[in-house]
Amino acid sequence: MTYDLKGLTLAERILSVRSGRRVKAGDLVVVPVDQVMVVDSIAPSVIRLLKEELAGEIRYPERVSFVIDHVAPAANVEVATTQKQVREFAREHQINLFDVGRGICHQVLIEERLAQPGWVVVGSDSHSTIYGAVGAFGTGMGATDIALAVASGRTWFRVPETVRILFKGSRPAGVTAKDIALEVVRVLTADGATYASIEYHGTETFSLSERMTLANLAVEAGAKVGLVPTVGEALGAYEVPDWLAVDEASYETTVEIDLSGLRPSLSVPFFVDNVHPVENHLGVPVDQVFVGTCTNGRLDDLRAVAAILEGRRVAERTRLLIIPASSTVLEQAVADGTVATLLAAGAVFGTPGCGPCMGRHMGVLAPGEVCVSTSNRNFMGRMGSPEAKIFLASPEVAAASALAGAIALPETPSFGGDR
Amino acid sequence: MKTENPIRGRSHVYGDDIDTDRIIPGKYTKTLELSQLAEHVLEDLDPEFRARVEVGDILVAGHNFGCGSSREQAPLALKAAGVGAVVAKSFARIFYRNAINIGLPAVEVPEHDIGTGAILNVRLTDGVVIDERSGKRFRATKMPEVMVDILQAGGLANYLKERGGYGPFSTEQNRTP
Repeated sequence: MTYDLKGLTLAERILSVRSGRRVKAGDLVVVPVDQVMVVDSIAPSVIRLLKEELAGEIRYPERVSFVIDHVAPAANVEVATTQKQVREFAREHQINLFDVGRGICHQVLIEERLAQPGWVVVGSDSHSTIYGAVGAFGTGMGATDIALAVASGRTWFRVPETVRILFKGSRPAGVTAKDIALEVVRVLTADGATYASIEYHGTETFSLSERMTLANLAVEAGAKVGLVPTVGEALGAYEVPDWLAVDEASYETTVEIDLSGLRPSLSVPFFVDNVHPVENHLGVPVDQVFVGTCTNGRLDDLRAVAAILEGRRVAERTRLLIIPASSTVLEQAVADGTVATLLAAGAVFGTPGCGPCMGRHMGVLAPGEVCVSTSNRNFMGRMGSPEAKIFLASPEVAAASALAGAIALPETPSFGGDR
Repeated sequence: MKTENPIRGRSHVYGDDIDTDRIIPGKYTKTLELSQLAEHVLEDLDPEFRARVEVGDILVAGHNFGCGSSREQAPLALKAAGVGAVVAKSFARIFYRNAINIGLPAVEVPEHDIGTGAILNVRLTDGVVIDERSGKRFRATKMPEVMVDILQAGGLANYLKERGGYGPFSTEQNRTP
């Protein structure tokens, strides 16, 4: 390397190495893309652009993945027809295809090691910030940007400024990665990190799943990327390049968050940054509880729900819908008995994928209904009716609310022990 | 549709944090049919907007316009409904890129008190938005020339087609450092 990375943030380091020169916040770079992820709902637009506008060339098909997860299985003939076209296009061009039931794009890419420390990964889904959990520069883009990345193997960025989040203190029992991620969004606000990179420091002991929850929600503060330093046991299985090291860098701001002061939280409709302690909303009747999504649909999340529901039944007025984030998660949860426990408690399972998160199918809400969801957005109309309300919460709070039929806190101290 | 510079149009004003689900709800994004997208644009926010909007009108908003999903259908729905430009105090980054890419001018005006029904004159290259009736001038973030070129070509795909190849994306570089 003929250039110096001293004093650079993680985002600056990745974009420097990928563009082959030392770059700083504010610089414009064109970089090769290590992986482009395209979801089923955007793929038809991308294919149209590739065929009609960009002459159909795909420079590096092995760096492109199509995932059918947003409406999977297909909800109607129209969707089925576009998905058929997506499959045919993927096969014709030797693009990686992850079909119905394999799982949510982000979960699948990380399971398949198609996001790696130091890589640039762009996805046609805004929660692509999640790849920062493994130290990849991951960000969401729209169809045109994605089509150009698929065609040329490259994209452009303005190198982002960095907001450093510094966690201090130890978390009390019952405070999960979801509560911490929501606290970051509350403190920064919905546009507090617009165009910026968030770096999460003080996360050495966080598991990979917890890092994914954190980085997933970075976009809810407007961030371009959410990078978790690749320090700690969680990334033991990955090869981390030496240059991806944390250094004394120039951060735009540093925000300290004392974990010991946090409590289980809810994001209250209709804004993700409208975060309040669960206590403020106890007893609100709940029609549906949804456990799943790229935010909280992993094995540890399902286990946390099972631990609370074991030997008990979901309230009669409440539907508990569980959608594992991937087929791997589902297989593991079957193997270790988690699924049996959840079924015995009255849970209903859906095909691994996005489920009703963006209101397309498999559990949309009626006017006036209330849903406690482990997902990442509670915007008006997000899960169906604009008159429905979505409260975002941890799997633990979701489970307790399913039992009570109303917003509730899990009983302590059994809860939150060994996550 | 190609973008003129300056852009002139009548304002429709909304607040902060207008998310992509309110611009075009997810349930309508199954289609690529532009008229379908236009039909449902902003319907949960303002059910009357669709009937009221005329070709060339300008949507005006507060902070963080277009936050949420990466769906390019959000700017496409606005453009298909006839919106000539969006003026906002700030934009969510994915919406901003998408808007320029599909040829919908997204103009950042950090401070403004524009009211509904104003006739606005948006000068992309000068970085100024003028309320023609009151004569008030609002400072806009100046747009780099390449972005104005993309808008005037009607979007990134047209821009690249007019020039041939992938522009700055066409030079091969080493993949690994």
